[in-house]
Amino acid sequence: MIKKYLIWMATIITIGILVAILGYMLVNGLKFVVEDEDGIINFLFQAPKKAGKEGGISTIIANTIFMIVLTLIFCVPIGLGASIYISEYAGQRRSVTAIKFSIDTLAGIPSIIFGLFGFIFFSNYLKLGVGLLSGSLTLSIMVLPTIIKTSVEAINAVPISYREGSLALGATKWDTVKRVVLPSALPGILAGVVLAIGRIIGETAALTFTMGTDYRLADSLSSSARVLSTHLYLLTKEGISFERAFATANVLIIIILIINMASNRLIKRRTIVDE
Amino acid sequence: MSARYQYSRQLKELERHILDMGSMMEELLNSSIEALVDQNVELAEVTIEKDEDINNFAFDIEDRCVRLIATEQPVAKDLRLIHASLKIITDIERMADHGVDINKIAIRLANESYMKAIIDIPKMADIGLDMVRDALKAYVDKDVVLATDVCTRDDIVDNIYEDLFDELLEYMKVDSENIYQSTNFLLVAKYLERIADHATNICEWIIYIVTGEKKELN
Amino acid sequence: MSEAVKFNIRDLTVSYGNFKALHNVNMDIIENKVTALIGPSGCGKSTFLKTLNRMNDLVPNIGIEGRVLYDGKDIYSGYDVITLRKQVGMVFQASNVFPMSIYNNVAYGPRIHGIKSKKRLDHIVEESLKKAALWDEVKDRLNKDALSLSGGQQQRLCLARVMAVEPDVVLMDEPTSALDPVSTVQIEDLIRELKEHYTIVIVTHNMQQAARVSDFTVFFLNGEIVEMGSTEDIFYNPKDKRTEEYITGRFG
Repeated sequence: MIKKYLIWMATIITIGILVAILGYMLVNGLKFVVEDEDGIINFLFQAPKKAGKEGGISTIIANTIFMIVLTLIFCVPIGLGASIYISEYAGQRRSVTAIKFSIDTLAGIPSIIFGLFGFIFFSNYLKLGVGLLSGSLTLSIMVLPTIIKTSVEAINAVPISYREGSLALGATKWDTVKRVVLPSALPGILAGVVLAIGRIIGETAALTFTMGTDYRLADSLSSSARVLSTHLYLLTKEGISFERAFATANVLIIIILIINMASNRLIKRRTIVDE
Repeated sequence: MSARYQYSRQLKELERHILDMGSMMEELLNSSIEALVDQNVELAEVTIEKDEDINNFAFDIEDRCVRLIATEQPVAKDLRLIHASLKIITDIERMADHGVDINKIAIRLANESYMKAIIDIPKMADIGLDMVRDALKAYVDKDVVLATDVCTRDDIVDNIYEDLFDELLEYMKVDSENIYQSTNFLLVAKYLERIADHATNICEWIIYIVTGEKKELN
Repeated sequence: MSEAVKFNIRDLTVSYGNFKALHNVNMDIIENKVTALIGPSGCGKSTFLKTLNRMNDLVPNIGIEGRVLYDGKDIYSGYDVITLRKQVGMVFQASNVFPMSIYNNVAYGPRIHGIKSKKRLDHIVEESLKKAALWDEVKDRLNKDALSLSGGQQQRLCLARVMAVEPDVVLMDEPTSALDPVSTVQIEDLIRELKEHYTIVIVTHNMQQAARVSDFTVFFLNGEIVEMGSTEDIFYNPKDKRTEEYITGRFG
């Protein structure tokens, strides 16, 4: 009886915290997103002025989109390639255990370390400077474990019988992977990518060192660029505008919610296909 | 081998039923010869009625066989056993029918005084019944050696039949008064010879069960 | 036997590590006949089937000794696996239709073997589905998801998919074990029809099925052939006591 009560309490606390955070954010910031001093949903479509003290976040949103696209361009092919190797080609070799171990370790490293590494390696050693490219490369390394783990899971979930069926028809291994395995695993892989986007969009620590904080629209790969998360961080830390910080947080949270919902849907669809 | 226990038990049961049917038939034949020798009308009439039981029993066993085929889909030796058993039932039934025929003759001749002592007919009957008993034993034991041996004894019965045939022919030549009795005895001898043939048939079916080959042995 | 020999297997021994799955197997598989492989689970019959199209290559630590001659050529020395599998098709125990449309399932094989013309693919798909007796049931919904078909239809689709690459031999690994009686009968009828043009080797646990569809039956036990011969002989009067026990269902 007392156990049941405790479990019930724990659940209430968890849900309570979530509701409290979301509620607090929405109450304080949603109104401003919808209508600021310059007009209805002006906040989303106007460039920031005076380091974000005035204006909206349009360039920040654009920069965020650039960052996401750029990061995915780097990490999806590499992640997918590694996943295919691990699940289809590597077999039971000892090196696979080592690879899997390093992926797990990579996933557990704090993002600030990635930021430090990116700053030293991409910005300084490879002389890419602080900007979109360095930042995206750093994020790519950071989300690689997420993409690999979900993709390997999705690929392993494809029934062996599909592969046998294809091989028995005289298909090569690569044909089989390309035409049967990957299409079947696609929903799962996409769910992993969406999850990775969620992480990218919410990341701050790794970016402060590597991508810079310029709130103007980035016009080249080496441009310093501010994204939603860093914008929010700076607005708060420098005490520039709490109103705008809350509004930015609202935009960020809504985007992450949408992404999580999309990811859930994709995972659900995959399980239906499995049956 | 413990698998398909129920099915194996049913096959064993089938064999036992055929053995029972064989015993009923043997009893019927024994009584028939006794009725003929002793000119016992009452015994003959009682014995004729027993044929009905054997026919019913045969029908019952056939039914079991068909049900086994339908439900157990027997193959190989099992299938041959069931197929052969159906055939053996017919052989036993025919032998019983011949017994009935002998009883009818016994009734017909009940009021005659026999022209000679009846010796060869009981002898043929004894050999014939021995053959039937051994055939059924070989059936249960799947004993090909015994079955082959039974078949060779058919020749003895045939020889007695031929001798008796000549002898009865002589009686008829000597006195036309003897023709009525002689032809009836001749019929009885023929029935007994046929019974020995049926025993041989059973033995051929036994060899078929064991080897899968059909051979004419007489 | 005067018939042409399709597969000639000599002294075949297959081992997984230290375990010998097949031991010294010798067999001739006759062209345009149905050969049934029977035996208890783990007797090596499926292993044997999979050596014929080298699907066993996928198993780690497998060792194959002896010769498997297909039309006189050793498939384990210098034979192209892709070509072999195109010629020796396989239908599996559980239907493994791909999660794509019915049309794409059948066109899969021809496409990977380089056929691109839509017209030719249409023709192949129709012909293959007809051979698998599925055309009438699916001709109006070729673009529907293949997974929406019933179990029996899926298995026939798998057969159509094999037909589409125009094989010479069709291997079947317990093709009806997951099907209802009506679908089973349909597959069995197909097997009997197809043997006119194909050599068929089928693994089955269903004795009646082996008796119904096959011309030759091979009984495996513990990785060895105990007895092989015409199906009629095996089911009417097997020579070996173990065969007798197995087919009459008394195998302990």
